[in-house]
Amino acid sequence: MSDTKKIIEIEVLRYQPESDTEPHLEVYKVPFSDDMSVLQGVQYIKDNFDGSLTFRWSCRMAICGSCGMMINGIPKLSCETFLRDYYPNRVRVEAMAHFPIEKDLVVDLSGFIGKLESIQPYIIPREARSLEQGEYIQSPEQFNAYIQFTSCINCTLCYAACPQFGLNPDFIGPAAIALLHRYNMDSRDGAAEQRMELVASEEGVFNCSAVGYCSEVCPKHVDPANAVNINKTNAAKDYFLRFLSPKGGSK
Amino acid sequence: MRAAIAVAEADPSLKVALISKVYPMRSHTVAAEGGAAGVKKPTDSLEYHFHDTVGGGDWLCEQDVVEYFVSQAPVELTQLEHWGCPWSRTADGHVNVRAFGGMKIERTWFAADKSGFHILHTLFQTSMKYPSIKRFDEHFCVDLLAEDGRCQGAVVIEMGTGEFTMIEARSVIIATGGAGRVFRESTLGGIVTGDGMAMAYRHGVALRDMEFVQYHPTCMPVTGLLFTEACRGEGGYLVNKDGYRYLQDYGLGPLQDKPKNKYMELGPRDRLSQAFFFEQQKGRTIQHPTLGAVVHLDLRHLGEAYLHERLPLIYEMAETFMGLDPAKDPIPVRPAVHYTMGGIRVDGRCAASLKGLYAAGECASVGIHGANRLGSNSLTELLVFGKVAGVEAARNAKSSSAGNSASLLKQAQAVEQRVMSLKTKPGGSEKISVLRKEMVQSMEEGCGIFRVEKTMRATCEKLSELRERFKNINIEDKTSVWNTDWLTAIELDYQLDVAQTMAHSAINRKESRGAHQRLDGFEQRDDVNFLKHSEAYYVAGGIPRIAYGDVKITKSQPAARVYGAAGEKADQERKGSHV
Ligand SMILES: Cc1cc2nc3c(=O)[nH]c(=O)nc-3n(C[C@H](O)[C@H](O)[C@H](O)COP(=O)(O)OP(=O)(O)OC[C@H]3O[C@@H](n4cnc5c(N)ncnc54)[C@H](O)[C@@H]3O)c2cc1C
Ligand code: SF4
Ligand code: FES
Repeated sequence: MSDTKKIIEIEVLRYQPESDTEPHLEVYKVPFSDDMSVLQGVQYIKDNFDGSLTFRWSCRMAICGSCGMMINGIPKLSCETFLRDYYPNRVRVEAMAHFPIEKDLVVDLSGFIGKLESIQPYIIPREARSLEQGEYIQSPEQFNAYIQFTSCINCTLCYAACPQFGLNPDFIGPAAIALLHRYNMDSRDGAAEQRMELVASEEGVFNCSAVGYCSEVCPKHVDPANAVNINKTNAAKDYFLRFLSPKGGSK
Repeated sequence: MRAAIAVAEADPSLKVALISKVYPMRSHTVAAEGGAAGVKKPTDSLEYHFHDTVGGGDWLCEQDVVEYFVSQAPVELTQLEHWGCPWSRTADGHVNVRAFGGMKIERTWFAADKSGFHILHTLFQTSMKYPSIKRFDEHFCVDLLAEDGRCQGAVVIEMGTGEFTMIEARSVIIATGGAGRVFRESTLGGIVTGDGMAMAYRHGVALRDMEFVQYHPTCMPVTGLLFTEACRGEGGYLVNKDGYRYLQDYGLGPLQDKPKNKYMELGPRDRLSQAFFFEQQKGRTIQHPTLGAVVHLDLRHLGEAYLHERLPLIYEMAETFMGLDPAKDPIPVRPAVHYTMGGIRVDGRCAASLKGLYAAGECASVGIHGANRLGSNSLTELLVFGKVAGVEAARNAKSSSAGNSASLLKQAQAVEQRVMSLKTKPGGSEKISVLRKEMVQSMEEGCGIFRVEKTMRATCEKLSELRERFKNINIEDKTSVWNTDWLTAIELDYQLDVAQTMAHSAINRKESRGAHQRLDGFEQRDDVNFLKHSEAYYVAGGIPRIAYGDVKITKSQPAARVYGAAGEKADQERKGSHV
């Protein structure tokens, strides 16, 4: 095992809803080795100093999307952020910004999940196909049109980064729009028009002020800002065409 | 989720409660990298997939179930494609397949090296299409309700509030995943604690073949994070401290120019993990200053561009977690616990011995993995048997009557009291984190890659001691909202049960087969006495009772399990004898 002589100070934003009126910071001195993540640091605190410290985690390999936190003010996955990069300074760990805190580092994600549900995140087939007919054929171009937007792990770091979501919690936000775009761009799907209504709605893309911070913090290079941008253009076009043809319809 | 969708499709009037202690897209399936097996190429056949699976499982498979499994695999994988899963494709737009350890022909469907991630998110998102599926996200199931010999529901805790809810149901499906977290170094997420296995077990259902625990040969030392088998499928080498591809010394050779199925690095996992152990004994592993004994996974010859295209996640993991560039440096690896072959004993239609109870996925023992699972069979298992469980549960629900709510409620209240008392009882002194550490340490010592009577005995005793000490635990957090201190205690309770079934099943199996290898006079497979499934039954307050059940053999008689050139020869001979 690695040497564990070094001690780092971890400052954690604590909030126990049953006893605290508001969140406050607490500092812990944690022995660490170079291969220890911030997540392992908080686990160490829970195992050794205070069993009531609460946070979400599971996979430890940056794929389940559970462990997002503000680390020195920047939204990051704590399992792939390393203590060595902060030492010898103190590192501050807080619940993700813009979400209501439930307890310590756990935030309320029900709003986000509702947004995912609202965009109809499933294939609504353009053409029915039976299982006997085998798979749909997708050319490399068709595949590349959407594949990047499938990598979202729903970690919501982009929401913690988005100033507009901070102002308007109803904004459907970067990840949900990226997922919407993923289905719209999939050659197997035929429901883009249906989804465009949401894009252009009050909760839709026009909330975005093009800061682009969401794409910067995204750990999976989904580039949600790009998805939002493309949809702004699409929605504007859509609006324009609707205006021209009274029957509606975007094509 | 596959099961929930199957119920919703079978009959939209049935109400489905989908319960998970995490948001479902966080389930550990998310971490699976390599892919899912199903016959695809014209040169492949269901017959080949069958023989690879049964041989790979060292003949401890239910062969009729395997036959059904291989036949449904391509259908289910295609279904997933129709639901949007972004399987990697060939230039002409068809789904592509890759090589995997122990599989004779390329038949592993993959979505880059994020196959499990894409399967899980596809199912999660698709499940939103069905209004009859009501999700209970971040709800922790603490027990099943059974009455009149029928399973009739479950008791869950809403984690965000600590409130208990009783869910009445005419059918219950358990799909809670594996239990590998009872070991120290594992590839598994923190949620993989075997809860469902323990719940069924306490209701008298047998846990079958629990001694068979798979080690994955190429994991990150200390954390156990996995470097997928696809690294080897794509042509990676395993070398010892002399830069020598040592697998050729363990019946997996000779060397080939290109990766060849069932040869060398593409041999089965148990053999590869065992070879590591022997290399270590011979002093031929690399002694890493901080990581301990390791061998090198060498991908350098594949080139940066190819690695980025085919193994992007692996590239990223090596860079972030180990600070090295796999195109320039070899990756230090060692074996870690990965998969529980055993589980809740169910028949080929996923039904447990308790009526109304079904199980599917890693928590179940439906009989396809035998003594050693082949990589990429389990993701397919989730789909094939998830569907079966859903269809059967729907059928059962329609044909049975509702239970007696009043007496179920009484039962549920008793469960609530028992679980609450863990938290409220005064005067405990044992720390959960300490008990957990002792458990995982002891399991690693007693039930590792190689096993001997003496250490297995010590592990059995340790587990009994921990069971006793568990009665005296102290939960520091007494609150209701998001009390993970309390929930981990409940998990530890389950883990201790599951660990006991593993250790006692292991000590009783006096032979070596698949993932269960002994070094104390039982080095050989013993088909006379042990071509049998072990079955562990719960004994309140005591150690598990171990019984044995027959193995269903249809068309493949047990033979020597050989790979490399010897394997090819045996295949030829088998073919010869067929015509
Ligand atoms: C790193 C890694 C790589 C792998 N790669 C491959 C591969 O390439 N190919 C392959 O075929 N297999 C692979 N496997 C194995 C395969 O991924 C697993 O066997 C499979 O995903 C298990 O799925 P499951 O649905 O049974 O369980 P899980 O996906 O673990 O889901 C279990 C669910 O049950 C819930 N749950 C558990 N307990 C409770 C409770 N008490 N109350 C409420 N909910 C509960 C959990 O929250 C979760 O939602 C891999 C495994 C790992 C760890
Ligand atoms: S788009 Fe990126 S940052 Fe946002 S939830 Fe998805 S993975 Fe996370
Ligand atoms: S623990 Fe899963 S993403 Fe960090």
